[in-house]
Amino acid sequence: MAAGVLTLAVLTVALAALLLLSDRLLPNDADAAVERIERVLPRIQCGQCGYSGCRPYAEALLNGTAAINLCPPGGEATVRALAKLLGTEPQAVAPQQGHASLDQIATIDETLCIGCNLCSRACPVDAILGIPQMMHTVITAHCTGCELCLPPCPVDCIRLEPRHG
Amino acid sequence: MAELNPVRPFTGGLRLPPNKNLSTTMPITTLARPQRLCIPLAQHAGPPARRAVSIGASVGRGDPIGATGEHGSVAVHASHSGRIVALQRRPILAGNGLFDADCVILETDGVDAPVARTDQHWPDTLAARLAAIAAAGIAGLGGAAFPTHIKLGAHARYRTLILNGAECEPYISCDDMLMRTHPDSIIAGALIMLDLSQATQCLIAIERDKALALEKMQYAAAVRADPRIVIVPLPTIYPAGGERQLVESLLAEEVPRGRHPTDIGVICQNIGTAHALARFVSDGEPLLSRIVTVTGLGLRTPQNVEAPIGAPISALLDHCGGLVDPRSQLIVGGNMMGHPLPNADYPVTKATNCIVALPLAEAVKSEPERPCIRCGDCADACPARLLPQELLRAARSDRSELLTGLGLEDCIECGCCDVVCPSHIALTASFRAAKPGLRQQILHQQLATAAAQRHDRRQARLQRSAAEADARQQALQQALAADSATRRTVIDAAVARARKQRNDPNALT
Amino acid sequence: MPPVPSLTPIAHIGPMTSVPRVMLTVLCALVPALIVYVWYFGWGIVINLLIAVAAALAAEATTLIMRHRELRPALTDGSAIVTAALLAFALPPLLPWWLPALAAGIAIVLGKQLYGGVGANLFNPAMVGYVVVLISFPVEMIQWLPPRGSDLPGADIGFVAHLAYAFTANLPDDQAIDAVTQATPLDLTKLGLANMQTLAEIQTGPLFDRLGGRGWLWTNAWIALGGLYLLYRGIIRWHIPVAVLLGLLIPAFALYLVDASRFPSPAFHLFAGAALLGAFFIATDPVTAATTNRGRLIYGAGIGVLTYAIRTWGGYPEGLAFAVLLMNTSVPIIDRYTQPRIYGHE
Repeated sequence: MAAGVLTLAVLTVALAALLLLSDRLLPNDADAAVERIERVLPRIQCGQCGYSGCRPYAEALLNGTAAINLCPPGGEATVRALAKLLGTEPQAVAPQQGHASLDQIATIDETLCIGCNLCSRACPVDAILGIPQMMHTVITAHCTGCELCLPPCPVDCIRLEPRHG
Repeated sequence: MAELNPVRPFTGGLRLPPNKNLSTTMPITTLARPQRLCIPLAQHAGPPARRAVSIGASVGRGDPIGATGEHGSVAVHASHSGRIVALQRRPILAGNGLFDADCVILETDGVDAPVARTDQHWPDTLAARLAAIAAAGIAGLGGAAFPTHIKLGAHARYRTLILNGAECEPYISCDDMLMRTHPDSIIAGALIMLDLSQATQCLIAIERDKALALEKMQYAAAVRADPRIVIVPLPTIYPAGGERQLVESLLAEEVPRGRHPTDIGVICQNIGTAHALARFVSDGEPLLSRIVTVTGLGLRTPQNVEAPIGAPISALLDHCGGLVDPRSQLIVGGNMMGHPLPNADYPVTKATNCIVALPLAEAVKSEPERPCIRCGDCADACPARLLPQELLRAARSDRSELLTGLGLEDCIECGCCDVVCPSHIALTASFRAAKPGLRQQILHQQLATAAAQRHDRRQARLQRSAAEADARQQALQQALAADSATRRTVIDAAVARARKQRNDPNALT
Repeated sequence: MPPVPSLTPIAHIGPMTSVPRVMLTVLCALVPALIVYVWYFGWGIVINLLIAVAAALAAEATTLIMRHRELRPALTDGSAIVTAALLAFALPPLLPWWLPALAAGIAIVLGKQLYGGVGANLFNPAMVGYVVVLISFPVEMIQWLPPRGSDLPGADIGFVAHLAYAFTANLPDDQAIDAVTQATPLDLTKLGLANMQTLAEIQTGPLFDRLGGRGWLWTNAWIALGGLYLLYRGIIRWHIPVAVLLGLLIPAFALYLVDASRFPSPAFHLFAGAALLGAFFIATDPVTAATTNRGRLIYGAGIGVLTYAIRTWGGYPEGLAFAVLLMNTSVPIIDRYTQPRIYGHE
């Protein structure tokens, strides 16, 4: 019996050492890892997670400095996918992070627009068409509902509507 | 004229109690002219017809009430002569369920002059003929009312025309009776469709248990002796009449996921549609009525009734002796894929193929579900070769990322899995509920991918702009640091630009 | 666990069957075999059955209450009774009452309820209960009775003796338990082979018969007929029984051809142990078996081969229970790699 116990113990230690060494010595592809995390995010660059875009958030997630429930547009599906990818527990989406969602689009009220171009510059995906002094409009097919155009507008002429179809 | 043998059976499906004898013992009767007709302008899930009459107008039988409008719309006509008394927006039941449609209320006057037959109603060119079919209001009479001219015109040439006389769902027998009484007209319609679709063969699929219909159709086809037309008996399995199942059993091919049979050169039409088309071509009469099977043990005399479009369903029920039990459950369609009707105050549309009155004793009691015991009977019964128990797991536990791979969009919602499940789980209802969520998810993914690309391009653009601005600034600094002549030129050019800008602010420099 | 959303079925046609009806059909299919078993081995199995059913239902009710679940649907679906019935066939007939009770309780609690109830368990509950009891109480579990017609003491000891032993652990007339019990034919064969005897020497004597063990042949024959009835009724499909039997008989036949004096005949393997019960009733448990037809063939074949391997080279005379549990662990991966192609997909 002693021989059996000794064999098992030696095997366990040897295999554990092998696993640790392989983790240290095998090349660690950080870029690919960030890619994989970013692919799970909605990538609409709304910034409501507190980071300047989806990639910075993905990098913070990889480093372990960010919580996985900070993305409102991603919703529960993203939280669950991140939990699976990073090996943590899923949590409810943090409510204070905002309400950006792919189910809404921004619409400019043309009677109020003054053509200041501030919203167009704020849009992370260039979904607002317009140049200074000219009427601006949102290209609904490209709008991601990130809400970044609402704060800069000095006349408050942008409102959110549900997306159709 | 040979029988197509052997027909490859499709996988899955069920043998169900047909319940068709209830309504096939009597010949087809005609509904007495109803007092009021409620004719919806939209009779399918697509754009409605453009209203062509106003309140107070008098219309003759066969006059257009709604003209063909947007692509995908089909004209509607006055099924009886009379006067337009109202316009109403109300729910109707057609195709996929209840939806609100604009309806024209017509009070009939009994004049009903015969439809004037002109010699120009069937033109010479294909495009004109398709337009004539749309203007004649002809849509698929199998239950979905899809515009016939769109299906025929979707491709320049088809390989095969399949006429669907399977009528696999229990209770429905209108196609059976039509094949017994007007086989020549159906064959004539098949020939017209062959001509329009340029298909080289026409397979008329009829379930084996319709012995009399098979006999009549075979005789009619033999009389015409067109080698392109083949009558194919099908085994009596539900849902043999599904488009994808017909393609599989008749042609041994599969329609690729997300596509239609028309995409692989096959066009499927209901035999009722063929008959309506033949009637139009020979008599010039647009689609004004259709045969509705009014049946069920909740009715006194179940039968098939030729009813005008827009007739109230309550009139149909009265024509059949009325309900034995007023609490009977009414269903439009068969008992597998039919829709429950809240009351009888709904109009007959082009999609109304059957009304079933189920007495209370026969109505399905909603039993509590038991957990899934993984018996696999649902997978055996599924005609689309899906695994309903895996789909259920994914749908109920919100693992929506699995649903596409498991084929949720391929579910034809036939209900076979529901019937075989020993745990009485509402499988089809769960899949129906999960489909919009899945579509939304796919839409989100597409939006997100596009957004990521646009963001990347924007970043590149901003970097480029910044680099160009830097370069311009550097060039300017260099120019200003050079000799006085160059400096003078640069400053003059800048002043000129500024002046022009001030004078004409809208000019794009 | 969130409550199941209530969605009414779309089809207006009653479902064709129900879980209680399926379970009842399985029980009916076992009745002829039960009668034959009682004829040969006495009333012990009936006593064990009643105890096991009572213990299974009690265990199920208790765990359901602790899990805050409704009692009625789970208790009336019949799955606990089927588990108890299979245990009754697997366990020896002469046992103290607490042993079948314990086996049934463990089967229900550990094998089913702790995983989430019917439909959610990974392991076959009856086999879980059987194996736990087999390993924990080896002495009791090898005490089998000789069959009627073998003229051994213990053959046909009567209902009263069974009852007395079950509840008092004593036989009437002060008979010693060792005097009345025997090993099974499979057991004797394995012991004999280990002692370097040939099969011809081992398989004589009152416990053996032409094809299998005396009494076992007829019991298993009726079990097979019950299984064929289930096939006819569509309760089970042919894939698992055929695969299990082929997985068992092909190696048996091959090795029998190689050396008939050391490897028992395929007929013996078929009729002497629980092979037929396993093939038609145990391995076909839908919850724990593979769900695709190709997967079922692999699953059944694995059980057959493992049963043969354990019987011939393993530490136990009957390997079916372990084979089933081992294949249960591989069901998820079998399912994953045997998914059929969906209509219209590549």
